[in-house]
Amino acid sequence: MNLASVTHDLAFMTPELVIAVGAMLLVLMGAFVSKSAYRAITYLSVVVLLVAGFLGVQHAPDNAQVLFNGSYVVDAFGGFAKLIIALTAACAILLSADYLAERNLEKPEYPVLALLAVLGMYVMVSAHDLLAVYMGVELQSLALYVLAAYARDDRKSSEAGLKYFVLGALSSGILLYGVSLIYGFTGTINFGKLMTIAKDTSNVGLIFGMVFVLSGIAFKMSVAPFHMWTPDVYEGAPTPSTAFFATAPKMAAAILLGRFLFEAFGEVVSQWRDVVSIMAVLSMFVGAIFALQQTNMKRLLAYSSILNMGYAMVAIAAGPVYGPSALLLFTAIYAITSVGMFGVLLSMRDAKGKEITKISGYSGLSKQRPLLSLALTIMFFSITGIPPLLGFFGKFQIFIAAVDGGVMPLALILVIASVISAFYYLRVLKVVWFDEPSVEIVGGLATTKVTVTGVTLMIALLTPFIGLIYTASMAAGHFFK
Amino acid sequence: MNVTVETLALIVVFAPVIGAIIAGLFGRVLPAKVSMTVTTGLLMVAAASAITIFIGYWDKSLVLPDEPIRIFKWIDVAGFTSTWSIRLDAISVVMMAVVTSVSSMVHLYSWGYMSDDPFKPRFFAYLSLFTFAMLSLVTAADFMQLFFGWEGVGLASYLLIGFYFLKRSANDAQIKAFVVNRVGDFGFVLGIMSVYFVFGTIEFKDVFHAIPHHIHDTMGWGKLQLPAMEVIALLLFIGAMGKSAQFLLHTWLPDAMEGPTPVSALIHAATMVTAGVVLVTLCSPIFQVAPFASGVVTLIGAITAIFAATIGIAQNDIKRVIAYSTCSQLGYMFFAAGIGVYQAAMFHLFTHAFFKAMLFLGAGSVIHGLHHEQDMRKMGGVWKPMKITYAIMLIGTLAITGVGIPGTNFGFAGFFSKDAIIESAFAASSEGLPFATFAFWMGILAAFLTSFYSWRLAFMTFTGTFRGDAHGGHHDDDAHAHAVHAAHVEGHHDAHQEDGVAPAHESPLVMLVPLFILAFGAIFAGFIFNDAFVGEGAHDFWGHAIYVSPENHILHARHNVPEWVKFMPLTVTLLGLLGAMIVYLWNKGLGEKIAKATGPIHAFLYNKWYFDELYDAVFVKGARALGDFFWKVGDQKLIDGIINGIASDTNIISKKSVKVQSGYVYHYAFIMLIALVAFGALVLLKKG
Repeated sequence: MNLASVTHDLAFMTPELVIAVGAMLLVLMGAFVSKSAYRAITYLSVVVLLVAGFLGVQHAPDNAQVLFNGSYVVDAFGGFAKLIIALTAACAILLSADYLAERNLEKPEYPVLALLAVLGMYVMVSAHDLLAVYMGVELQSLALYVLAAYARDDRKSSEAGLKYFVLGALSSGILLYGVSLIYGFTGTINFGKLMTIAKDTSNVGLIFGMVFVLSGIAFKMSVAPFHMWTPDVYEGAPTPSTAFFATAPKMAAAILLGRFLFEAFGEVVSQWRDVVSIMAVLSMFVGAIFALQQTNMKRLLAYSSILNMGYAMVAIAAGPVYGPSALLLFTAIYAITSVGMFGVLLSMRDAKGKEITKISGYSGLSKQRPLLSLALTIMFFSITGIPPLLGFFGKFQIFIAAVDGGVMPLALILVIASVISAFYYLRVLKVVWFDEPSVEIVGGLATTKVTVTGVTLMIALLTPFIGLIYTASMAAGHFFK
Repeated sequence: MNVTVETLALIVVFAPVIGAIIAGLFGRVLPAKVSMTVTTGLLMVAAASAITIFIGYWDKSLVLPDEPIRIFKWIDVAGFTSTWSIRLDAISVVMMAVVTSVSSMVHLYSWGYMSDDPFKPRFFAYLSLFTFAMLSLVTAADFMQLFFGWEGVGLASYLLIGFYFLKRSANDAQIKAFVVNRVGDFGFVLGIMSVYFVFGTIEFKDVFHAIPHHIHDTMGWGKLQLPAMEVIALLLFIGAMGKSAQFLLHTWLPDAMEGPTPVSALIHAATMVTAGVVLVTLCSPIFQVAPFASGVVTLIGAITAIFAATIGIAQNDIKRVIAYSTCSQLGYMFFAAGIGVYQAAMFHLFTHAFFKAMLFLGAGSVIHGLHHEQDMRKMGGVWKPMKITYAIMLIGTLAITGVGIPGTNFGFAGFFSKDAIIESAFAASSEGLPFATFAFWMGILAAFLTSFYSWRLAFMTFTGTFRGDAHGGHHDDDAHAHAVHAAHVEGHHDAHQEDGVAPAHESPLVMLVPLFILAFGAIFAGFIFNDAFVGEGAHDFWGHAIYVSPENHILHARHNVPEWVKFMPLTVTLLGLLGAMIVYLWNKGLGEKIAKATGPIHAFLYNKWYFDELYDAVFVKGARALGDFFWKVGDQKLIDGIINGIASDTNIISKKSVKVQSGYVYHYAFIMLIALVAFGALVLLKKG
């Protein structure tokens, strides 16, 4: 591999380079400029992400570019995901600014770590061999562990970070073990080569390794039964970190799993469909049923994200023909809606500026903050999947994919899970609109407000343009056909 | 010339709907007089056009187009098309003339009758809407448009029966009319579907042309195969029974009298209720090849004729007497159609429209004059203040009882048409048609009863001394529910005469003029059109509109019936008159005595053969019990039980399963590893 080809390949990685270089510059800025640079670094990291997102779209190649001897791929499928990841991560960083400042946690590390996590996600999304997968996953995870434990004086935050780290390390081990099994039995870690080898279904070691890798990624996606960490970490971590966990990494992991199964094992769907289907059903069950008992908004949203990752698994189970577009569209809409929901959560502060996480604290919100209530309502309706809001289209697309892809039972379970989950979403709305106010609620801080408004408008106003998003995701998903 | 016919036909059909739209949508903002003038004026124009077509067709100065006028394609899906059209043939021309002339008279009459009502625009809008629906019914070129008109008149009827919407009984009556008609309509819809099923089209022309190829078709399920023509004819007749209030589906018509009297005259006497007769006549090609169904039509018609007449003699409400009379006369029309003399059925429909509308409007005049009193027991001696109305009612009575001199061309309208039917029934019975003999004797008997109850009505209302409350009518039972009316009544208590004379006043000219015009029809319609409808000119006049099979010669055979048959109707009519004179003119109080003496029989007739009670017990209570069952057991216990059960089970499962989430890392890690092993085992097992 000569220098020329390296430069050629690097040219396709401009967005990744922007993030990497941006993160390093901001570290330096944090180290040498005083603490007061926190805000500047935060906003600059947002700018970096927006630039990366923009460049990703701008420089999207017409055809898939396989780089670095087949270990990295830049294509429309990943490009679409990267744009959404950058956008939602930027929102999450914006959400953190005032929150952390109010709690004396305004350290430059936070946005920098978030940037590095996003870099990891970019690698995950574009990974085309198992080492790139591992590298992306670890880069993302290590940054996220720190973000979970970021409020280190807070017992719960530390606990969350530790739990996340221990279990994450276990899952990384499983993933890595799977990688080594695959390499041991096939002699390659490249997706493209695996595709031809996997056609020989008698290779037990390869399939076994595939299950391990699948399980490892499923942990990152927080798909049942590898979801156990999710509610605890979501609850314990500082809320902006949770907002971050629930959005971009979920999308990145889902896209990674999709690419891994569709590309490396796309010819042998029957080998993994059962496992994916079981995970989908379990996730939908856990996400729908467990959430009914929750009294804490953060835990509720944790189950909500488990549920939605269950839906994403249905899209994957639909196979490489029907799955990709649905997976892209759905996870994108999910990530956008999720970051909005956390924005609302962060706007819930009582008179002392303490955040309100109990659902009962939301009672009578509509009488105190009608606009915020409206925003929450739009987002909850969207994620429940009520037309004509965005969420409906994502879910609908998965439903269609499941029916076309021949996994009708999953489509039925998806509907049932949606019905059950509608109950807990609507219960919150009932508390918001029909109960009497209990505590005085002060609105969110500036950056939160901006984010919530932006996301709400996006959900509400993008609805007429669903066709655009739809076309984009369809085009991106066609890559696998 | 054709252009003119088509233009005129368009005016006839669409003038009323324009009026209905203007009065219906803008009635609240426009002065009431504007709505009234527009609707009435447009109806007059329509009537003038329709009569021009009718007279032109009758004296052969005008040729009707063979093809229906196609206005627009209404439904066009996968081999099923329906075009909005105006079909012009003898039937539609006759019906257009009848509908628009009666309707325009009723519009005019309503100026007087409804003068105190605060909702005049709504009333006139409904009337015009009804007229439009009726016209689209009679001019339909396929079953779909026919059905539209059918339901349209049903809707207008529903709205107008419940026009006094504050009155509970009016609301009940309108719902009853609607529900009973649903029963008939269900049959009708099935009939239309069967037509489509058998013929693959619903266009009248195509269907009737194709009948020879389908005479022996059968339809049914598996082994149960029935002759298709009989099935279609029977189903269509069930529809006709509902709309025309025939025996078993008649219960709604008397209750429909809750509507304002002009409505009763227009819808529930002259036009809508005859739609069934029009349907059977229009479908004569089908009925002619369906002898069994025709026999059923004869039987039901004959039963209705006699059944309604028996009830009519025992009723005390002036409008109900006329309502049962209508029911009975419709029975005549149906058994005429059943034995195959559709021409006579249409003729009776035509003459009946005039004299029955007139009788209703005359009764309305009395009711109006007596401040909305409808009970004949509280009338009497009304002739003195209401001489014109009295004369009109006498003409109507002479017309309905069919007075005339057999063998000559002298007689009132009913004489020609009713005698044509009765003579035909005799001729049909000598040809051995099913139920024809029965129909003949029932027709004779009903003629006697018709005469009796019609004269009873005339005598009880107009002669003798006033028996009512001298202080005006009873506003709480049958009066306008609209409170405004009370004020009107108080204002008119100007002239209280001596005892025994009704405190009535003659109706205003605007109500009398329509009566004069209708009276003209009641006297002369039979005489003038006898030849064209059922005489020598009948074949030319009806042309292709009515089909009679080549073996059917009844219309001619009726001229050869024995002399006694020709004199029979007049004889029984005079006997009926005599009977009524004995009971109600010469012997005061004899009526009550007879009623007492015949206790149970009178009660049976007075209570309308207890049909309402029977239906209430079987259908209303039955439906309610069924509804209760589905509600309390099916819905509340079963469905709600399942759903609430699932919900609470979900909650229980949720409560239990949440405990898995213990918070201990080693629990979580354990579950992860177990899952990993399980998945690994799964893929290995699958490999076998």
